[in-house]
Amino acid sequence: MKCRRCPGTAVIELRRHNAAFCKRCFSEVFVEQVRKAIRRFAMIGAGDRVLVAVSGGKDSLALWDVLLDLGYDVDGLYLGLGIGEYSDRSREVTASFAESRGAQLTVVDLAEEYGYDIPTAGRKGARSTCAVCGLSKRYVFNKAAVDGGYDVIATGHNLDDEAATLLGNTLRWKTEYIARQSPSLAAETGMVKKVKPLHRLSELETAAFAFLRGIDYVVDECPLVAGNTQLRHKEAMNAIEASSPGTKAEFFLGYLDRGKALFAREDDVELTPCGECGQPTTARYCAFCRARAQVLGERLGEGPPVVVEDRDVVASMSGEVMPIEIYGRAPA
Amino acid sequence: MKVTLRNPDREVDVPGGRAIREVLDELGVSADTVLVIRDGELVTRHDHVAESDQLEVRPVISGGGP
Repeated sequence: MKCRRCPGTAVIELRRHNAAFCKRCFSEVFVEQVRKAIRRFAMIGAGDRVLVAVSGGKDSLALWDVLLDLGYDVDGLYLGLGIGEYSDRSREVTASFAESRGAQLTVVDLAEEYGYDIPTAGRKGARSTCAVCGLSKRYVFNKAAVDGGYDVIATGHNLDDEAATLLGNTLRWKTEYIARQSPSLAAETGMVKKVKPLHRLSELETAAFAFLRGIDYVVDECPLVAGNTQLRHKEAMNAIEASSPGTKAEFFLGYLDRGKALFAREDDVELTPCGECGQPTTARYCAFCRARAQVLGERLGEGPPVVVEDRDVVASMSGEVMPIEIYGRAPA
Repeated sequence: MKVTLRNPDREVDVPGGRAIREVLDELGVSADTVLVIRDGELVTRHDHVAESDQLEVRPVISGGGP
């Protein structure tokens, strides 16, 4: 099979584009898509300091790799989740990548800094394991970015992640969350801008790019992910994609182009500092502090033992279905 | 022909001498959801494999988010 752009032999076929590419041309196409995403949503401005959230997986390491090559001022942040050998291996490959690229990596260990790990939180908390993991990540990434003086947080969410999140919210008509889903979330007081430069690229593409770039990433799946709602939604999308290539991209990118404007934004709420940690929240205490207190069996302030209200248990998925104080607002 | 499947890791023997697409079909795997690696190189579903080849079939789906 020949490359669409040159006489070379194709190493990857992208059925949604009805095209195949050789190693060199595919890497060029990949970077072009990242550039396009950054430009279209004005994700990173001149002189911005970027903090990329790295897990050791294909997406975040591919993103860090591209942003470094594009010349951005980008450091990495790894959050140790305490998931046994899986976390050990993730930290190892992330540190190894940073060293190989001469890039700056900050490591935060959830148990050391906040007193719990994800397996414990999954057992003791009101949220599912994936939900409390996502909540913890968003909180720590934002706090680290604020403390470190970064302008932008970049995450490796890809097209499959975004399409699955949109599908999940659409199936339940979570219109507020649908309105809020965006590849770029504006900064506001206490919350750093968040961007997703890989949102135009599928998981197949990010995996192929990481492989072709020789990036040693964690292939194993998180051992706690079984039954994850987002995984089921991805499988459903892939079943459709198998018979109708391009549906996934049309669903999410079409939403951004033509669907998003149809959903009213209902996020006109006031954010105030959390009474425990000072991070922005819509309540007296932020979702992270409430969840942490519940896992640790602690009280917040002078109040009664923490009870997680229904509104906080917003979903069992680890996607963007989260309170605004953690997730942020989409640009108008 | 030996095929190493990842997540969970296991090894299976299947007939070679045919297109990778046919191998994936036999394994019940969609070509859009895996990388297929032969001798350290990516190959497409249209490539042919010999009986002596060894393949790694590596899923690309992750459920936990980045």
